[in-house]
Amino acid sequence: MSEFCTLFDKIWTSHVVDRSKGGTCLLYIDRHLVHEVTSPQAFEGLRDAGRTVRRADAALAVPDHNVPTTDRAEGIDDPESRLQVDTLMRNCEEFGIRCFTMGDLRQGIVHIIGPEQGFTLPGMTIVCGDSHTSTHGAFGALAFGIGTSEVEHVLATQTLFQTPAKNMRITVDGELGPGVTAKDVILAIIGKIGTAGGTGHVIEYAGSAIAGMSMEERMTVCNMSIEAGARAGLIAPDKTTFDYLSGRPLAPKGAVWEQAVAHWRTLPSDEGAHYHCEENLDAAGIAPQVSWGTSPEQVAPITGTVPDPAAQSNPAHREAVERALDYMGLAPGARLTEVAIDHVFIGSCTNGRIEDLRAAAALAEGRKVAATITAMVVPGSGLVKEQAEEEGLDRVFLEAGFQWHEPGCSMCLAMNADKLEPKERCASTSNRNFEGRQGRGGRTHLMSPQMAVAAAVSGHLCDVREMA
Amino acid sequence: MEKFTTLTGIAAPLAMENVDTDMIIPKQFLKTIKRTGLGAGLFYEHRFDEQGEEIADFVLNRALYNGAKILVTGGNFGCGSSREHAPWALLDFGIRCIIAPSFADIFHNNCFKNGILPVTLPREDVDRLMEGAERGANTTLTVDLEAQTITGASSDGGDGGSISFHIDPFNKQCLLEGHDDIALTLKREDKIAGFEAGQKQDQPWQWTGQTQEGGT
Ligand code: SF4
Repeated sequence: MSEFCTLFDKIWTSHVVDRSKGGTCLLYIDRHLVHEVTSPQAFEGLRDAGRTVRRADAALAVPDHNVPTTDRAEGIDDPESRLQVDTLMRNCEEFGIRCFTMGDLRQGIVHIIGPEQGFTLPGMTIVCGDSHTSTHGAFGALAFGIGTSEVEHVLATQTLFQTPAKNMRITVDGELGPGVTAKDVILAIIGKIGTAGGTGHVIEYAGSAIAGMSMEERMTVCNMSIEAGARAGLIAPDKTTFDYLSGRPLAPKGAVWEQAVAHWRTLPSDEGAHYHCEENLDAAGIAPQVSWGTSPEQVAPITGTVPDPAAQSNPAHREAVERALDYMGLAPGARLTEVAIDHVFIGSCTNGRIEDLRAAAALAEGRKVAATITAMVVPGSGLVKEQAEEEGLDRVFLEAGFQWHEPGCSMCLAMNADKLEPKERCASTSNRNFEGRQGRGGRTHLMSPQMAVAAAVSGHLCDVREMA
Repeated sequence: MEKFTTLTGIAAPLAMENVDTDMIIPKQFLKTIKRTGLGAGLFYEHRFDEQGEEIADFVLNRALYNGAKILVTGGNFGCGSSREHAPWALLDFGIRCIIAPSFADIFHNNCFKNGILPVTLPREDVDRLMEGAERGANTTLTVDLEAQTITGASSDGGDGGSISFHIDPFNKQCLLEGHDDIALTLKREDKIAGFEAGQKQDQPWQWTGQTQEGGT
């Protein structure tokens, strides 16, 4: 390695416990987030082998994917969902892991509660059996999703075997236009580099537009690193990061805090550090984005049109576009702003934080959801919900005709009762527009919370800049 | 984990790019708390229609490929979620080897933990294997992990040829020996403990912040 290191290099080298032949390293894992879907088999594996959890204090668990977002008092209706959530609670009790259960105000989407509690800190290695663990990279932590076998491995050993990733830097300079958000930035990036563009790499987001973002916006960007194929996303920790973390329940306090901050200041990439790959975007050139297909790279500015497969020179691309349009029920060449929708979903680990709800409410205030539309707002956590209610955002949404829900993953992946019917079309602030993601046959258009409100009000995809 | 040494079997062609894990195993099958029995949900929305009837022309439903042990497919296979239910479903169906121009990282890792060999080959090689598999001739392949080769035993009597592939030596070893990763790691207990002692010294906030709340 050269004498100049990237943020990724620094975190990686400071966590290597052992090296194996071929470059695979045994990496120490500082924090482990656990949810109900990807953990039961891991705990079962531990029990079967008579193993214990090495560091219960380094783990935090929460049920989020399966939980109902209405009528919580009645418990979980679906017996399989209930069993999975109960299993998580039983496992956590047995192995001594802290778990925010459904009745806990702190319960929420796993990637929202980690930062919220100050469990996520700069310079750490953080894992979770969930691909959107990349979210935590916004704090300058190396955070990545793992499978269930690896969840078991971390529980038993607090380490993982990993091969080093390559460094990629995406620089976004300049100022975002009005109505253009962090979501539009990351969608534009994925549109540019593709869903395999980051494979094998950790993406560091840099540039003045990124530095100017709040922590919540940075989380939105890092969240979708996985949609760009990257192992993780990273943003250098700075004052914005420290201000966000200071005073959080699990963040260090007093003299230890000072010591931590001094260390965190040494983490940003050295000038002259080497990147295997670089991309640049001009913030001013990014328009509000909306996806039209069934892969997050199938995205366009809202001012654009549905692409024509016939115009694709590469046969594999042509086939992919044809297939996507067929599934999405869209005609080539149609204006995106003419696409009528049935549902609006505001929430998820991409856009379910307080700033997202504030921005959405500001636009919804004094307006009405179109009569043809079912629109729901699902806060990312109980604390986000509480904060929003303190600010009166719930009333704004309800008056405008949105439903106001309990926290959870909800219609982001439709494992609970919130789902689309076949051919229903949804304007969604989540991160995946895969076939069937929001319900079998359901059609998802990804966009920012502001764009989702604009769609809810107008009844079709709509340029938020025209609502001012 | 079952060892992987050599595998001879039918290769099924799935000519699709960006096959995501939602497609491999849809969410309704993620509610299980077991690793087994997921084969029934493999590619569910492609194998079965809304009434639950088999879709006859989906590749894995065709008689020729229904016992396939190898899948030949497009780039970025396994993108999307980290769900290990995807390799569990493939394994339960009988697939032990997947050949593609590229794989998504987490899925790639998950394969090795389950005795599945993901083989990355240049697109031309994948195209050639795909074409062979589609023709229905040359559909039986032998994958030799030790030698790192794929050999086609052509059913029409022709020479299927041999292709070599690259694999990370650590992953190769693990598959060949069918290692229990955790047992392997626990042997390095002294190194892990040593690391922890050093970190406690240098980065105390990693160890104190956690407990200040009093651990609910
Ligand atoms: S909100 Fe969606 S993407 Fe995020 S953790 Fe939940 S299911 Fe996954």
